[in-house]
Amino acid sequence: MAAVNILINNKTYLAAGRSVAKPAIVDFSLTLNPGEFVCLVGPSGCGKTTLLNIIAGLDQDYDGEILTAKANTSPKIGYVFQNPRLLPWRTVRENIELVLDSQIPASMVDELLEMMQLTSVQHVYPERLSLGMSRRVAIIRAFAVNPDVLLMDEPFVSLDAPTARQVRELLMQLWQRRPHRVLFVTHDLREAIALADKLVFLSASPMTVVREMAVPIARDGRTDEAAIEAFRQQLKSGYPDISGLL
Amino acid sequence: MIGFQKLLPTLSLLALTAIWQGVAVFVNSHTLPTPYAVAWVLWQAIASGQLPYHLGVTLLRLVTSFTIAMLMGSAIGILLGRSRKLDAFFDNWLVIFLNVPALVTIILCYVWLGLVESAAILAVVINKLPNVIVTVREGTRALDQDLLDMARCYGFGKRKTLLHVIWPQLHPFIMAATRSGLALIWKIILVVELLGRSNGMGYQLHLFFQLFDVASILAYTIAFVVVMQLIELLVLKPLDKTAQRWRR
Repeated sequence: MAAVNILINNKTYLAAGRSVAKPAIVDFSLTLNPGEFVCLVGPSGCGKTTLLNIIAGLDQDYDGEILTAKANTSPKIGYVFQNPRLLPWRTVRENIELVLDSQIPASMVDELLEMMQLTSVQHVYPERLSLGMSRRVAIIRAFAVNPDVLLMDEPFVSLDAPTARQVRELLMQLWQRRPHRVLFVTHDLREAIALADKLVFLSASPMTVVREMAVPIARDGRTDEAAIEAFRQQLKSGYPDISGLL
Repeated sequence: MIGFQKLLPTLSLLALTAIWQGVAVFVNSHTLPTPYAVAWVLWQAIASGQLPYHLGVTLLRLVTSFTIAMLMGSAIGILLGRSRKLDAFFDNWLVIFLNVPALVTIILCYVWLGLVESAAILAVVINKLPNVIVTVREGTRALDQDLLDMARCYGFGKRKTLLHVIWPQLHPFIMAATRSGLALIWKIILVVELLGRSNGMGYQLHLFFQLFDVASILAYTIAFVVVMQLIELLVLKPLDKTAQRWRR
């Protein structure tokens, strides 16, 4: 298992009604080490979703490359979208099983459902689930494919605070047992500090990396709100180049 | 009260029959026979095997042309819905075929191919096809791009995407095409039979018209409506139910 390198020299987009393409992402480069949880923090509308879509292979119209250890193969992707994107006509369990190869044992799905506390609703259709539950299903689906890179696009947005905290804790438990490379997009710095090994601060459009920084708080100290707040204040006052983005 | 409400459909049918009976007795003409006379003719037509035979022939034509039109129409509709270029090219064709009168296609098919079974089927298919294409094309345009992206990023492949992502979204549109299609084909098929076949419901009705046999016309009509209702009840409704079970 080696690093995955993401290199985007230039990505432009054509706004509706315009004839000249505007730059969306310039000179972006990022290395994802095995088992590393990376949070992308940046102002909304800066191009984070565009970046994730490029990495996921959904957007191929850019100048750059996504490199994995195996030459010429694109990384296997698990993607937790901003809205859950479950198939409403398939049950929770079917939604998970659909992304899997047929030789993967059913016990793995059982185990994932158990970890995310969804065993009791596995045969329910998604429209009957709360948003928090749907998000948990989407997280299971992403982990289930054993991805090289797990993309998460603000998966806790529009959840109330207690639900968000609960899903966040479940996610951390799951990730510590299955430590994939995670690229997590958020505009909430507290959330990013609570989750990440490494923070990557992004500029407003056209997007580029402003600063990378490791989170110095130990994993078991991440539930300590005070420690998180202290680090947040330290970031805001100590680094004028990023405080403007937060 | 609930018991009474359940009886309402039956009551309304009885009321309709009663009105018919009243008017028939009042005008007292052989051009409007009583319900009883029609029921008698219906029974005789069934017992003699005449009605089942002609109804069967028409149903066979219906199933054949319906199946061809739905399969071709769905395939073409999905293609046009997914490709803007194809759609831009074929849109005019669609508009033309949608607006050619049914009678014209029927006459032309008979003139060009002769008074044969394949000409009859083709005429029905040509009348129904544009309808299916337009409905399925609308359904394809309305496909959820978010779900398609999800399928692509998780490597669903063509078969899985079609079966689990596209088909369930198209299902309501295909059902709409089915319902409107059956009603349309019924009507066209009778004209096709009237103009160029020597069996089937249309041929029989034409015969009764020449004999001024209104009782037989009404008897065949009733048989007709009953069969359509049975199709709706036994085939379409259950299909709807299984496909919509995920809805709240």
